[in-house]
Amino acid sequence: MRRQRFRLPDGGRVDRAAEVAFSFNGRRYFGHKGDTLASALLANGVHLVGRSFKYHRPRGIFGSGSEEPNALVQLGAGPRTDPNMRATTVELFEGLRATSQNCWPSLRFDLRGINDRFSALLPAGFYYKTFMRPARLWMFYEKHIRKAAGLGRAPDGCDPDRYEQTHAHCDVLVIGAGPAGLAAAQAAGAAGARVILADEQAELGGSLLSEPGRHIQVGDGTPADWLGATLAGLAGMDEVTLLPRTTAFGYYADNFVGLLERVGDHLPGDDGMLRQRLWKVRAKQVILATGAIERSLVFAENDRPGIMLAGAARTYVNRYGVAPGSRTVVFTNNDSAYAAALDMAAAGVGVEAVVDLRNQVEGDWPRLAREAGIPVMQGHTITGTRGRHRVSAVSVMRLNDAGDGVAGDVRQLKCDSVAMSGGWSPAVHLFSQARGALTFDEQEGTFRPGEAMQAVRSVGACDDAARLADCLSAGVEAGRSAALDVGCDGAQIAAPAVGEPALGPMQPAWRAPSDRKGVRMFVDFQNDVTAKDLDLAVREGYHSIEHVKRYTTTGMGTDQGKTGNVNALAIVAQQLGAEIPAVGVTTFRAPYTPVTFGAITGSHVRGLFDPVRRTPMHDWHVEQGAKFEDVGQWKRAWYYPRGEETMRQAVDREVKAARDGVGILDYSTLGKIDIRGPDAAEFLNRVYTNGWKKLGVGRCRYGVMLRDDGMVMDDGVTTRLGENHFLMTTTTGNAASVLSWLEEWLQTEWPDLKVYCTSVTEQYATVSICGPKARDLLAGLAPDMTLDPQNFRHMSMQEGTVAGIAARVLRVSFTGEVGFEINVPSRYGRALWDALIAEGELHGITPYGTEAMHVLRAEKGFFIAGQESDGTVTPLDLGMDWIVNWTKGDFIGRRSLSRSDTVRDDRKQLVGLFTSDPETVLDEGTQIVATVKDKPPMDMIGHVTSSYYSPNLGRSIAMAMIQGGRGRKGETLYAPMPDKVIEVTVTDPIFFDPDGQRLNG
Amino acid sequence: MGSGSMADARSPLAHLDGATVIERDGVRLAENPDAGKVNLRGDAGDAVWLAAIQAAVEIDLPQAPNTSTETPPLSALWLAPDEWMLVCADGSEGDVVASLEGAVAEFHASVVDVTDARTVFRLSGAGARNLLAKGCALDLHPRAFGLGDVAQTMLAKAAVILHQTTDDADEAGPVFDIYVPRSFADYLWSWLTDAIG
Repeated sequence: MRRQRFRLPDGGRVDRAAEVAFSFNGRRYFGHKGDTLASALLANGVHLVGRSFKYHRPRGIFGSGSEEPNALVQLGAGPRTDPNMRATTVELFEGLRATSQNCWPSLRFDLRGINDRFSALLPAGFYYKTFMRPARLWMFYEKHIRKAAGLGRAPDGCDPDRYEQTHAHCDVLVIGAGPAGLAAAQAAGAAGARVILADEQAELGGSLLSEPGRHIQVGDGTPADWLGATLAGLAGMDEVTLLPRTTAFGYYADNFVGLLERVGDHLPGDDGMLRQRLWKVRAKQVILATGAIERSLVFAENDRPGIMLAGAARTYVNRYGVAPGSRTVVFTNNDSAYAAALDMAAAGVGVEAVVDLRNQVEGDWPRLAREAGIPVMQGHTITGTRGRHRVSAVSVMRLNDAGDGVAGDVRQLKCDSVAMSGGWSPAVHLFSQARGALTFDEQEGTFRPGEAMQAVRSVGACDDAARLADCLSAGVEAGRSAALDVGCDGAQIAAPAVGEPALGPMQPAWRAPSDRKGVRMFVDFQNDVTAKDLDLAVREGYHSIEHVKRYTTTGMGTDQGKTGNVNALAIVAQQLGAEIPAVGVTTFRAPYTPVTFGAITGSHVRGLFDPVRRTPMHDWHVEQGAKFEDVGQWKRAWYYPRGEETMRQAVDREVKAARDGVGILDYSTLGKIDIRGPDAAEFLNRVYTNGWKKLGVGRCRYGVMLRDDGMVMDDGVTTRLGENHFLMTTTTGNAASVLSWLEEWLQTEWPDLKVYCTSVTEQYATVSICGPKARDLLAGLAPDMTLDPQNFRHMSMQEGTVAGIAARVLRVSFTGEVGFEINVPSRYGRALWDALIAEGELHGITPYGTEAMHVLRAEKGFFIAGQESDGTVTPLDLGMDWIVNWTKGDFIGRRSLSRSDTVRDDRKQLVGLFTSDPETVLDEGTQIVATVKDKPPMDMIGHVTSSYYSPNLGRSIAMAMIQGGRGRKGETLYAPMPDKVIEVTVTDPIFFDPDGQRLNG
Repeated sequence: MGSGSMADARSPLAHLDGATVIERDGVRLAENPDAGKVNLRGDAGDAVWLAAIQAAVEIDLPQAPNTSTETPPLSALWLAPDEWMLVCADGSEGDVVASLEGAVAEFHASVVDVTDARTVFRLSGAGARNLLAKGCALDLHPRAFGLGDVAQTMLAKAAVILHQTTDDADEAGPVFDIYVPRSFADYLWSWLTDAIG
């Protein structure tokens, strides 16, 4: 075993047999299993761990848990690294590597420490005041300010670890496994409730883990005995889930609580290991047992390494067997620090004195200290400290009679550590996040839980209880009553009797006086905010605490001011001459402690980032080397490049093949809705703009659906399969929303209509074939079907067998060519496709993707919902007056089509555009102007909605929405681009076969 | 339009080349693509209609939300106050559709074969509930969700129907049938494979 200079010879909960090697700033150290990085560093006498954010002052380990403002380190390296990790919560593991942040070139010699010398020039609001003008230089300033500010480095590669999320439900969620939380969980569990008990620390027990029990007895034994028995009891309860290393970071509506479980952070880590698990808990009842956070004292030069919270010092001694120093001074305004003094003295640390701001200290605890020979200096204060990288001495003076200044001689006390306590603030963060009201406790100088807004109870120190007896009895009571509230009335338990010394009153001391004017007293250690900064902010007119917070940045660090916020409030209140509750508190926001993006993302990364929907023929497209396009969550084949073809070459080839021979398209993504009922035709009459009642059985009709504001929502072909039976198709992207739309109208507006809608999108694979040879191809595979044009007319349907598969074939077209849509049960989609490809070989069959489909329909001037229409376009704007039947009665959107705005002549209307150079393809989205100016702004009269090269026309084509477009045919307009102006001529949007002769061929 | 044919049927996981059974850590996951599924809609308040359904396929449709009934080999899952999914033996959906259509001809009702619209992932074992909890926000504790219960819910980012088909006390642990939209099958299989760990 290698020597750890400040490791006590015995005591603590670390595993002394297990030595753990780690490195800090490149130097190798040893600690024990069970240590935190902070306790291991202290065991090696390392107090200086970082530099402060603004002044780059040396800073040491300040706390012992998640409240830590100072000891932020960068953990790990490369892709597995985390910045701003609190050394006090990092569990030690073999090979751990930590480095200091915010210092250069080294921690001990930091060049930016120069900021500290000129700190008078860097008051609150310095950045706001200095770098405001000229505004254009802010980007330059910001770069340098960022570099100087103390945040760690981001990982330089993909996160190699795994994260997962899980949902959980319980009757009672207990947050915090200190004495109150353990008692609550035990009581609720005994009553039969489903309980989750979560605690942020590696070991359950909370304050009991730091309690040697020298002065406290629980039942017949020590606090440790009770802890052991309780944990064993909880572990034996089937419906109790114990979650150590789990922080409740956010408390949301309806008792929805986010927990972060650090599954693997305490392990060296292999690639792919499960690192963290995010729990989304829905609890019927919540019991908060989150404890209290010790406040710092605001005194002169209170930020040197070696100065820490008294409770933290006590934890290091009792829980980790580490001495925070060899000579210490305790500074306090309450009794709790005496326990620290006693424990340190018992461990052999020289306690020079307890400096107590209170005039008279005569309770149980001071008496025990005096009996142990510890000098108690009541009515005294620390007026300054010394020591560059570690505190080396403190000056102590007597308080004057009023208590607002100092008097008498200065006494120097040599020391290498200071343990301070400014009292305890209940950890009301989660209670406040849950929208609970806080009330101010004048006596203790604390905010405590008031009226709750959710099913939540606060017990123990977070409810201002200071005595163990109160924590245990409140815990048992809350656990029992929470269980009863959810109907669990099983076994009842009683809280054990507790023997403990009485606690005397604390005396609020928001700013300890000093004999030196202008000396710095830090309030927010992480953000380097001093009492002076707060004074200045108030003098400059910032009276709202929320404004003071933002101006001075107090409480805005990664610790969110856990140890300093109440001090800041009190100092601002003093300056304003107001009561603390009148000043109020700043908002407690989630997360309580930082949460990784990895945990928030969970397993939804890489291939699982978002669902990829696959058609039944997907594998074929992959095998053929298709490029894919995302359409909603679908992957659709975009084009099929052959050999070295470019996209343009491939699409040109596919487009020509569909017009000259036969093309084949996977159309399975099309939305399909089965509509049945005696009122089905009437229903369609109301949701589409055109008439449906006279559609014959076996016939198809194209329809456009409007929203109630008259704007185009969706379109598609619907087929009448029977008198009361229709099959509707929708666009790929709107399949789900159209079904919801139909259901909404049926359920809320027209419950009298007898219609049932069922989605069959996924039931059928759909293959579209088109082109002059499409009929011949189909005939070869469907010998039983009647395919001649007289008997199988455009816009009709036939059922039969294709390639031996029962199929429903629609003769429809989205390309202007003779086309067939063949629908078969999805399981046979691939078989149908394979048969068509094989049979099509002699016809030169060409698979085409969505890009060619877009070109083909654009050649015909067919609009696409969502491309030409964007939610502001009526069918009249699209030039589709023929689809609106004004005489059939009402339909959704009808009234809106005659609003003054929708009948304006100068609305944007669908037109075609030809560029003057036929090879120039406009960018989609390009703005169109009638008059070109030297530079923007220009009057934009429309925009390009679709633009392609058309190999069948041998030139580029574009569709555009142009103000009064239909009246502009033949006009020359302009598309101003960054480097040139493109001249365009307005045309009809139907570019190819305007008479539709090919369709009936 | 029936589906009897000579052609090759393909499951939505065919590209996995048969690797469609996973057994690990107390969980078993397997695909069952062919179970027949028929969507049925009608008026649950019409006793005559219910009796006609009973007469046709010998099952009482469940009336309580999110429950199911079973008359082997047929089961009926409640989906909405007027909607059920009947699950039947592989290949028998055509017969079930024909029987139902005959029975409801005189009523306003809807019978739709949705066999190919969803595949089924059968998840079983003691660890099944914890696995589902990773992607499903519902309370699946045995006190809240048990034998015969049905849920229409999200599992990861796929909308599924969840049905517990055996009791927790059974030797192999509980069995859940997860009805997955066909196009989501590969995604959800990948997600489950990852979540099993």
